[in-house]
Formats: sequence, C-alpha cells, structure tokens
Amino acid sequence: MIAAETDVPRLPRGVKLKYDAVRQRHVLLAPERAFNIDAIAAAVLALVDGQRDCGAIVDALAAQYDEKREVIAGDVLAMIGDLIARRVIER
Amino acid sequence: MSAPARAPQAADLVGHPIGLLAELTHRCPLRCPYCSNPLELERRDAELDTATWKRVLSEAAALGVLHIHLSGGEPTARPDLVELTAHCAREGLYSNLITSGIGRAGTMIDALYDAGLDHVQLSVQGATVDTADRIGGYKGGHVAKLAFARRVVELGLPLTLNAVIHRGNIHEVEEIIALAVALKAKRLEVAHTQYYGWAYVNRAALMPERAEVDRSIALVEEARRRLEGVLVIDMVIPDYYARYPKPCTGGWGRKTLNVTPTGKVLPCHASESIPGLEFWTVREHGLADIWRHNPAFNAYRGTDWMPEPCRSCERRELDFGGCRCQAMALLGDAAATDPACSRSPFHARMEALATAEAGGVAPDYIYRTIGGAPAPQPAETLS
Repeated sequence: MIAAETDVPRLPRGVKLKYDAVRQRHVLLAPERAFNIDAIAAAVLALVDGQRDCGAIVDALAAQYDEKREVIAGDVLAMIGDLIARRVIER
Repeated sequence: MSAPARAPQAADLVGHPIGLLAELTHRCPLRCPYCSNPLELERRDAELDTATWKRVLSEAAALGVLHIHLSGGEPTARPDLVELTAHCAREGLYSNLITSGIGRAGTMIDALYDAGLDHVQLSVQGATVDTADRIGGYKGGHVAKLAFARRVVELGLPLTLNAVIHRGNIHEVEEIIALAVALKAKRLEVAHTQYYGWAYVNRAALMPERAEVDRSIALVEEARRRLEGVLVIDMVIPDYYARYPKPCTGGWGRKTLNVTPTGKVLPCHASESIPGLEFWTVREHGLADIWRHNPAFNAYRGTDWMPEPCRSCERRELDFGGCRCQAMALLGDAAATDPACSRSPFHARMEALATAEAGGVAPDYIYRTIGGAPAPQPAETLS
C-alpha cells in the first residue's frame, strides 16, 4: 500500500516511538510487534503528528536533506503506506 | 590461566529478552479444554504479591524487555492489575492485556485505560453463542465478551481478537474473521491449537482434519488480501500437519521469558513439562541473574545442544530445532528434533496420529479446572 500526499497520518493509542536505552536505538512499539527504527525512519516518524499531511512531511524532509523531493516522496509514501497496511499508523 | 580455544557456549549467546509473559494468576472463569496453563494449576494463596510483581516488572525493563503480556488465567481476577499496569507505564513498558473479557474485566477496563494500558488481546472461542459457550464451558461468556470488546474500542484502545482453532470451531473461521471486522479489531490471531498441557490431554477432541485445516488457511489468505489496511490477520499453523516446526518462542532463552503465578521463571509456558530442569524463582533470584545463569535457560540456548538432523541443517537458526516440550511429549527426549519437522524420522508417525484422531469420534472435553488435572497419561511416544 502507498500512502497519498493528502493523507494525514497519526500514531494511535497503543503505538509508541521509544528510545531503547538497553539496545541504544529507537523502536516503534505496536501490538505484539516492535519495529527497529533507523535514523531516516525516526526522522519521518518524528513528523507524524496527526496534523501534517504526507505532502507536508515530504516538504519538511526535502528542506532538511540534500535529496530530490520526488525521491523522498517515494520513500516516505511507501513507508507510511506499509505501516497503514499493518494497522500501525492511522490516517 | 590458559584455556584451550573453545566453541562459543550457551552463556556467550545471552541477549536481551524482548517480551515477558506475566501469568499473574491461574484463576479464570472459563474452562477451555486447550488452556495453555499447566495441568497442575496454582491456587490464589500461592500467588506472588503486588510488591514482588512490581519489582519483577522493573527488573524486566532494566533487562531490555519491551512488551509485558499481562496474562493468566484471567488477569483481571487480581485486584492489583490496575496498579501493575500503571507500574508498566512508569517503567516505559508496553502493556498488553490478555483477557477472556468476562468476570471483572468489564468493570476494570476503564481504570486500566486510565492507568496507561496499551493494547487488549481478547480471546473468543467461536463466532456463535452456542459454539463459544460450549467450548469455554461458561454460559453467557460470549455475549459478555462482545460487550467488553465494544467498550475497548469505544475507549480508543487497539483490540486484537485471539481465536484458538480446533475441530470444534474450525467451521466458523470465516465468521470469526467477520466478527473481528464488525467489532473493529485491528488484529486477529487465527491460532491453530498447540498441543501441550490441557490441549494435549484433549487432543483427540480438538484435532481437525487436514482438509479442514487447508480450507481455513485458504480462507485466511483470501481475507488478508481483501482486508488489507482494515484487519491484520496472524496465523499459527497446526504443526502436526506442518513441514517445518515453529521456532518456539523464537529460540529457547533467546527472546522471551515467562513468570508463573508463584514466581517461577520459564523459557516458555510449557517448559515445566520437561523433567530434570530446575527453574529458579523471582522470590530468590533477580530476573537478570535467572535469564543469564539459570542452567534451565542455558540448557537449549543456541545451537550447540542440537542433534542431527538439526545440527547441520540450514534452518537451525530459523526454527531452532522446533519445540523442546513437543519433543519431550512425543518422543520422551527434550533434546530430539521436534517431530513436527518433516526431516525428523518420526514426522510421518506424528501426522498419522493426527489423521487417525481427527478421523475418529471426538471424545468429550476434559475441561480445565483447578485441582481437576487428569491422572498422568501413559507415556505415548512415537519413538
């Protein structure tokens, strides 16, 4: 599943981004699952606030990283879409 | 001191556990004949107290545990469940309530929400009142569960339905999927029965036929495609008919641990069925000490303990030789290759056993009751 630029993603109750001090990395905790979060995914999830739409998240990352907007959009919409399909992110 | 070079031993393989199953109590209003609790159920006066459980939860967080599964029996039978849930939240632990949804669950759920509960896993025994209440051995149970599920969703808590599947409800798999959608669950576990403890003594009453299993798997696969983004369906395949064994608990002493109502710490809920292993208790040891040093945790850790055909198998770190308890139950040897594996010399006999039981007349259930364990069965070995 690919998210749309107009989707407004949010982390619902029961999904938590946490810094795991024992393993020294970020994890996304969800029902019966824990996803290891790399620096890029953590940067995306930090912008998921239930207010911005996916287009605004892509814009913010494009301003921050030296990469073409369309490349960032492809990655972000696929990642958020995947987490929507797994019912981790809501829209 | 000089020591010869040696192969890595189990103690070198100790990582950090990710999940802890807290069996707070064995008390439960339901009497499911496949209950994962042991046949010898603990009574209330033997249970750990609140302060000890809080210490164990804090030690779990320090050890790297991420998810706490608050389970039982029925965990809401303990009045301190709200306090323990709040303690999980304070320690940054993800709390998962594994509940029947009946008894005190309905009156406690709002307080659990306020205490910071993260997720609810609700058992269902079937999709219809008659089927579900007969299997659970509790009249009115199914209707109470539906009301509980609605309240969970109304509060905004994520809901998973867990349905243990066997010959008494396998014809309702399609309706169970529809029920999960109607209740607005996010996840559904279609968990074919695993034959330990109560399920082992009831196996002939529970084992479905191969054709029914195949049909249920096809239904789930079709529903997964149809319901993408609506319902996530996880499936546990019945391993008597499987090609490869399940990687029980992700490898012995590798990812998870289980604390019993009296404080014994186990690699999995069934591991007390293996004779000769001594399990340390949280009354006498810290959790990290047990995880690292209890010989029972190191007994089957890693791959050094493995016999052939596991030892040289390319899947040895995918399924870790399968389930030690199943090897014990069916072969009388906990270190043998799980006969669920098609590479075990005993696999064909295991499948034949399942086929014979599934094709026979189903005996009555031996319902789970405290103090009601059946007399030990004669050792039934395939070997």
